[in-house]
Amino acid sequence: MKIAIASGKGGTGKTTLSTNLASYLAQTEKVVLTDLDVEEPNSGLFLKYELLHSEDKFKMIPQWNDSACTLCGNCQKVCNYHAVIQIMDSIMVFPELCHSCYACSELCPTNSLPMIPKKMGELKHGTTGQFDFIESRLVIGEEQAVPLINQTLKYVDQKFDNSYIKIFDSPPGTSCPVIEATKDADYIILITEPTPFGLNDVILAVDTMKELKKEFGIVINRYGIGNNEIIEYCNKHNIPILAKIPNSRKIAETYSKGELLYDKFPDVKEELAKIASHILDIKTRIV
Amino acid sequence: MKEIVIISGKGGTGKTSITASFAVLGGRDVIVADCDVDAADMHLLLQPQHIKSEDFCSGELAVIDQDLCIQCGKCFDVCRFDAIEVTDNIHEVDELSCEGCGYCARVCPVEAITNIPLNVGKWHISNIKTGSKMVHAKLGIGADNSGKLVAKVKNEAKLIADTESKKIILVDGSPGVGCPVVSSLTGASFVVLVTEPSVSGLHDLKRVYELVAKFRLKAGCIINKADINPKVSKEIKEFLQTENIIHIADLPYDEDFTKAMTNGQTIVEFSDGSLTNTIKESWKTILEIL
Repeated sequence: MKIAIASGKGGTGKTTLSTNLASYLAQTEKVVLTDLDVEEPNSGLFLKYELLHSEDKFKMIPQWNDSACTLCGNCQKVCNYHAVIQIMDSIMVFPELCHSCYACSELCPTNSLPMIPKKMGELKHGTTGQFDFIESRLVIGEEQAVPLINQTLKYVDQKFDNSYIKIFDSPPGTSCPVIEATKDADYIILITEPTPFGLNDVILAVDTMKELKKEFGIVINRYGIGNNEIIEYCNKHNIPILAKIPNSRKIAETYSKGELLYDKFPDVKEELAKIASHILDIKTRIV
Repeated sequence: MKEIVIISGKGGTGKTSITASFAVLGGRDVIVADCDVDAADMHLLLQPQHIKSEDFCSGELAVIDQDLCIQCGKCFDVCRFDAIEVTDNIHEVDELSCEGCGYCARVCPVEAITNIPLNVGKWHISNIKTGSKMVHAKLGIGADNSGKLVAKVKNEAKLIADTESKKIILVDGSPGVGCPVVSSLTGASFVVLVTEPSVSGLHDLKRVYELVAKFRLKAGCIINKADINPKVSKEIKEFLQTENIIHIADLPYDEDFTKAMTNGQTIVEFSDGSLTNTIKESWKTILEIL
């Protein structure tokens, strides 16, 4: 089964929850944790793992070959992203604008725009001894996270069958990278903090998950700070609150060192156990 | 006119709280642009009154006319985004997967596919409590093209700054290093990086600075919650020194950040303690650099 951990607002504890939950569940289950926040992947900083495999990931972009080109202008006409432009007697390609739709290449009457691979990121696959860990990171300057997320999901699908609990640490926000990271998940955990920013952004995330017709629950992090509006909101909309992770400076300090929390904070472990049992219930229901 | 862009790489480091405080300190001289369009929060602190709102259209979506479709499957064959779904030989477009490239419409032999423009969000110009104006937006659920909406917000802010002869545009960026961040960096005069001394704060700072350096932009850094991990704090300072990034200030771990936010206020309005003083000093430093 696939569990995605998302949030709307950044910095609410996605990575903390992903890494701790993966480690906790791995005591009894087969687990693979995948970091899909390819712009800023952080899960690996909290894990000691042995690298098993790494590979470059590519996106396909057209490359102009002038030998047979008749400068008919069709490529420019069919590109909806203005990524292929005819200037005087040459064709310019802007890779950062290209979505790899292949239209210019395949509709070119003289095959003058063959598609070539361009490196957009790197995928790593390792093991902590307890569970598998996968992360992809986008090359700085590459603007589109979606194709790399998509290829990473395909890698996980190929390597791990349904007997695994697959946890996906998702990017923040509510735009296309989050959709890509969550659209195949069986269950979404939204993690937020009980502050006005946290509430505002989790409402956006809830609306997104409803739009995707996903089953989801909420984890409140830094519980005790801010106000109670998030709880009122969840009650009013019948959204299950899976756990409340307490606010504490000590927890923040432990996090800052890149350490897992649940073996040091019994109250965190207790909350984690609630989330884990909820996930196992869902697993029995759907698998 | 100078454009100050505030980003962080990692989310939740305090970008918006700090930017909103700067907006209050800058008062009438500063136009605010909230460019974190997919999780905008600045409005919660600056209480904007909309004076203009407009829909934002960008990109297209393929739509198949079932009356014309002959189920030939050509659209399915050419789509690289798995956006054509076939059930019982009915061909339909998965709206979330469609990237609006238009390839399917071009190969459809019976012209059953049209591309419709996509409304991806709304943007607003508002009066704010600083006596100035703010441009902000809300991206539609799951919408693509956040980079283009960011560009729109920034352009509108520039137009206002021009007409009203304002000296400064303050841009609150989004987390990450992808298209909305690239878009918010375009045309910046100075970049303020807000970070925190955690392993992830430092890691993300390094990545986002690599992007800033590609644009050859001058940058400064505010270390928030600086006292939470002295060791990583020191590593951050060493990184700043190596890269010639100006160290603007250290802010302490302080729950006044949250208390101010819960009150709908910026930190500089909420408290007059040392945290507020340090933020005032930081703003002064930034103005001197400009």
